[in-house]
Amino acid sequence: MTLRLPPQPLEWIDRNETVSFEFEGKTYTGFKGDVISSALWANGVKVLGRSFKYHRRRGLLSFANHDVNALFQGQDRPNVRGDVVTIDENHSLQAVNTFGSLKSDKGSLVEWIGKFLPVGFYYRAFYSPRFLFPKWESLIRHMAGLGTVDTGWSEQRQPKRYHYCDVAVVGAGPSGMAAALEAAENGVEVCLIDENPFIGGSLDYQFANEETVFASRNRLKAAVFSHPNIQVLTDSTVAGYYGDHWLAVNTSQGLIKLSAQAVIAATGVFEQPAVFRNNDLPGVMNASAAQRLIARYGVAPCKEAVVLTSNPEGYRAALDLLASGVEVGAIVDTGEVSHKWVQKVLTKGIPVYKYAEIVEALGKKQLKGLVFKAAGGEYEIACDGLLMSVGWAPAGALVYQAGGKFSYDATAHQLLPSVLPDGMFACGRLNGVHEIGHQIEDGKLAGEMAAQYVTSHGTSKTESENSVVTRYREVSAHSHHYPIWEHPKGKNFVDFDEDIQLKDLKGAIAQGFDNIELMKRFSTIGMGPSQGKHSNMNGIRILARLTAKSIDETGSTTARPMFHPVPVSHLAGMRFRPERMTVLHDFHREANAKFMEAGNWLRPEYYQTAETKQACVEAEVSAVRSSAGLVDVSTLGKLEVFGPDAAALMDRLYTMNMSNMKLGSSRYALMVDDAGIITDDGVAVRYAEEHFYVTTTTGTSDAAYRLIQKKILEWGLNVTVVNRTGQLAAMNLAGPNSRRILAELTDIDLSNDGFPYLAMRQAPVAGCQATLIRVGFVGELGYEIHVNANDSATVWQAMMQAGKAYGIQPFGVEAQRLLRLEKGHIIVGQDTDGLMNPFEAGMPWAVHLKKPYFIGKKSLAKLKQSTSRTLVGFELQVNDAARRPLESNLIIEQGEMVGRVTSVGFSPALQKVIGLADIRQDLSDVGSSFQIKLTDGSFVSASVVATPFYDPDGSRQHPVENPKGAAA
Amino acid sequence: MPLRLLKYAWKKPEEELRFFPSEKPLKQSYDAVIIGGGGHGMACAYYLAKEHGITNVAVLEQGYIGGGNTGRNTTIVRSNYLTSEGVKFYDASLKLFEDLSEDFDLNIFYSTRGHFTLAHTDSAMRTMRWRAEVNKHHGIRSDVVDVETIQKDIPYMNVECNGQHPVMGALYHEPGAVARHDAVAWGYARGAQLRGVEIHQKTQVTGIQTQGGKVVGVQTNRGDIQTNKVISMVAGSTPRITRMLDIPTPIEVFPLQACVTEPVKPFMNTIVVSGSLHVYVSQSSRGELVMGASVDPAELHSTRSTLDFVEGLTDQMMDLFPFTSRLKIMRQWAGMSDITPDFAPIMGKTPVEGFYLDSGWGTWGFKATPISGKTMAHTVAHDQVHELIKPFALDRFENFKLVGEKGAASVGH
Repeated sequence: MTLRLPPQPLEWIDRNETVSFEFEGKTYTGFKGDVISSALWANGVKVLGRSFKYHRRRGLLSFANHDVNALFQGQDRPNVRGDVVTIDENHSLQAVNTFGSLKSDKGSLVEWIGKFLPVGFYYRAFYSPRFLFPKWESLIRHMAGLGTVDTGWSEQRQPKRYHYCDVAVVGAGPSGMAAALEAAENGVEVCLIDENPFIGGSLDYQFANEETVFASRNRLKAAVFSHPNIQVLTDSTVAGYYGDHWLAVNTSQGLIKLSAQAVIAATGVFEQPAVFRNNDLPGVMNASAAQRLIARYGVAPCKEAVVLTSNPEGYRAALDLLASGVEVGAIVDTGEVSHKWVQKVLTKGIPVYKYAEIVEALGKKQLKGLVFKAAGGEYEIACDGLLMSVGWAPAGALVYQAGGKFSYDATAHQLLPSVLPDGMFACGRLNGVHEIGHQIEDGKLAGEMAAQYVTSHGTSKTESENSVVTRYREVSAHSHHYPIWEHPKGKNFVDFDEDIQLKDLKGAIAQGFDNIELMKRFSTIGMGPSQGKHSNMNGIRILARLTAKSIDETGSTTARPMFHPVPVSHLAGMRFRPERMTVLHDFHREANAKFMEAGNWLRPEYYQTAETKQACVEAEVSAVRSSAGLVDVSTLGKLEVFGPDAAALMDRLYTMNMSNMKLGSSRYALMVDDAGIITDDGVAVRYAEEHFYVTTTTGTSDAAYRLIQKKILEWGLNVTVVNRTGQLAAMNLAGPNSRRILAELTDIDLSNDGFPYLAMRQAPVAGCQATLIRVGFVGELGYEIHVNANDSATVWQAMMQAGKAYGIQPFGVEAQRLLRLEKGHIIVGQDTDGLMNPFEAGMPWAVHLKKPYFIGKKSLAKLKQSTSRTLVGFELQVNDAARRPLESNLIIEQGEMVGRVTSVGFSPALQKVIGLADIRQDLSDVGSSFQIKLTDGSFVSASVVATPFYDPDGSRQHPVENPKGAAA
Repeated sequence: MPLRLLKYAWKKPEEELRFFPSEKPLKQSYDAVIIGGGGHGMACAYYLAKEHGITNVAVLEQGYIGGGNTGRNTTIVRSNYLTSEGVKFYDASLKLFEDLSEDFDLNIFYSTRGHFTLAHTDSAMRTMRWRAEVNKHHGIRSDVVDVETIQKDIPYMNVECNGQHPVMGALYHEPGAVARHDAVAWGYARGAQLRGVEIHQKTQVTGIQTQGGKVVGVQTNRGDIQTNKVISMVAGSTPRITRMLDIPTPIEVFPLQACVTEPVKPFMNTIVVSGSLHVYVSQSSRGELVMGASVDPAELHSTRSTLDFVEGLTDQMMDLFPFTSRLKIMRQWAGMSDITPDFAPIMGKTPVEGFYLDSGWGTWGFKATPISGKTMAHTVAHDQVHELIKPFALDRFENFKLVGEKGAASVGH
């Protein structure tokens, strides 16, 4: 049986090209341009899927991108929508969520026990006895879900783009086209967006046979396409309205982030199904679905139709059916009949029944007939198609998301915009304007208002408050106020996604879920993939009636993005994870560096100079301790601070007094938060009275920069901070021979007097301007050298060259960690936790409470007296390599947690395991011992020892020797 | 077919007892008034009635039951916290959760799934080990597991993460679970209501009256109420309530967003969290992937959705689960989280006599629902702070007795 019709004037298919595809193991043929549902329907396949809960057979319902009962399993994706996805030679499709096959679905057994499964049945059972719940849950999960995921599917990403326009018009039906054209005529740039492959909207399917509109339709379309100010985006769905008129436009090519100064919602309406017994039988569909099927795909909805209607649209649909050769057995009107279409229908010989009450649809696998009451009698009419035309609900998601409101119009029996937010306009059927001429006028007005809004920079006045235009709104109803006919035997479906029946909503309401949101959450109405597009309005009507409230009092659920579901591949876009490399990266690679990730940066963890990592690290440590090493510290945050209030800012940011720093000196820079908790550390130098330079840790550089900028504003200081992290490079030359190596590359006096410990000098190194700071993080004579990033290769190479004679070695993060541990220096974030203050970290010397103010001063002043824990150095009492604690192992005292290992390592210099521990104050005295619980639960003993572990008097940082030439 | 469902052969669901009463007038006075009809408020009412015999209680909800963060979270329950205080508290909560369905005679779909917190850096590994050690010390099943173990449980995860920050290991928390969040609030509400508690929806508190530093009443949009005990159990609106009494708190409100995919057949049996990738994900019993990320970057008192959130989340999600690129995002939403400086809640008594606070629930409120209700009920009934929540007192911020839970927050903040 084929339902394919002769060619239709505006059809979207190309009859010159056939396309074959597989569905449920059989091959079907359609035309190019057919969507899956139309191609199958043309082949007489009316059962397109099974319902979610009862596995009832389902066909077409809305045919408007929310037929969730016609979802298909593709080879490369789940939940393919049959009503919008075109057929493809490669398609091999299955119905989703069937057990067995679409034809013979064992899941339909659920319907047999349906009466035991009332609304929210899963809340009522399965929990006792408890041990059985996992079994029940597994069964429920087995039944749940729609399509199937193949976890082997490859990653897909679609590029995104930005786009800008003055006015975005969403929906290219009659009012949208008119709005776009009018706005464009007023000189603004317009973007006209429609989810369909062609513009035209209802003009092309609901007015397909109405010659009176052909002229204006053709004129509108031609004008839209030829207008230089209008850009048309078809196959594009506005998935969400976000703040400041940002629209997320999902297209087949990817996501467009569209910024518009004004937005016109011409999104139209969703046709709503009637609720009656067996309203879900394949063959029962919305009238507009049938009209789309005919006009777009040249497919008849059925052979013999009955039209159930409450509005003129139903009559017009009947005439469309006749025109396409479908017999119409009757028009079943739910009310009084008083418009011009009645006569047209009657003259075609179609009987019209007035004041009809629907009893039920007949049929088992497909629709066979309709039973209804009218004029005192009960009628049964055989048909294989029942077209429902009982009303409309606004496609108002964008208006809601933008902050607009709808209220119920008791004349139109439709929700209409009552408040439109600034810069948003609505027109057409969304605005309650149904007559075609009026739709175009309404659109024009919206277009004009939007253009004025743009050209006046938002100051234009509209004819009403809140930009709502009411002058073209209908004076008669196009929707039935309660298109719901209850049958005692049930099967009156309200939500087709979720198989929610009228009785389910009644049950939910009766149990106290009588708020629209609670009813949704308990019954799951509107929670399926169509998100209530065909069910929300009827749900509201039912709730309002059963609670004796008005529609407005009842309210609606929240319209959240996405309007239609959007592929993850489109939302994600191309992957962008910057990976930062220092300028010296290539040198490290040539030196066989093993890199590690530090934030976005790649840093040498160690250099592969020996077989094992440990041997490599030890060799690097040994080079630094015995002669010289060079480490790339370019990833440190580097901030330059200048201006009249520079010193004041530094004083307020850091715990130590910074304003009394002498020019040419450096100072440890420790930052805490308001609660006195350590957040960052680095080194500050003073270039000039009003000019500082300070480093931050690698991980906190962005946060510190943000904080400082914020604080400058808060405090109103006249100072500027520049983040120079990427512009500058830095390296640390350390080891007893570092002075000799450096001396070969610079002319400044490097003697202890000329360049003492903690001093700063600015001088050329290897011919490149550098800032040198004499520091001792790793516990040897050492210099931190900051240069322009562009010069860093020159300086690095020169130092490696000059150091060759001394056996200089580059060293990585691992060696640096070990070296600093031997000195007992902390790493912020590793040795400190989210609560540690400087007193606990053993750095009371770094807190200058005499300053008038710094961040955290108030807290630290109090905390000074109440330290309950402290950071100590420890060593293991027995050096058993197999029983070495790991960082984060706990310290246990009499069954209580009293501390934690924060750093641990084997010290090559001391030949033993050393570490830092955060421990309760009373256990922190040097010499006391404690127990560390290893990961396996056993304990090792450790003793508190003084830090630094290595070179406690610091003499290695202050060697006395002649800087020029060999040893003195 | 469970026997419990057979009764529906002759009984209609509407003949079941109502979960919540229909609208009725407020009484003039109550022994206690709970502000906020979410999970916490309902749980507190339930335990006040059930364990302390205090039933002359009104729960005032400005919207609908469970409409705040109870209905907006991603339903994860776990106890793998970082501090002893936190671990004990959340473990007690988890144990209550396990019994709730039977307590309520209502299935809350408490489903133990196992919970992986992935570590992509060595510092994250240190934190995972720390949490595991603290958890084990308190008898909580948490372990640091290696990549092979993760792959065994989740073979479809791309541990290489597209070559950047590969997964190095994880904290595996066997008791990690999900539950039907709404049902938790409904179960408590029904239980409280059956014991005499009044629940008033669409009732907004506009002021709290005091006399001589003591609470004497509450003003609402539906009239005034006399009471000597007011318990604030709101999420996202705590500053609005505490401002009525001039009680300063360090709470800042940040939006927290989440989204779901279209339903697909369940394939993901565990809960996966990645702090580095700012993703947490589980699959609901309906088949949707329920996903969340870190809180929004800036303070805001709003539940609006942003595109940035869903763009970032989906992008990072694909590093772990490349095949999810073929799924579609169906819906996104947002809640408001009360964030405290130490990422632990603020609970107990306040400087105003008779005013109790249950707040600062940031991104960790749902999992604390039962224990918060229970301990707050105890605190109110005895006017003495329950032992478990003493560490969470408001005055800890003045006394520098913070409870540092940042390291155990699900994703970076």
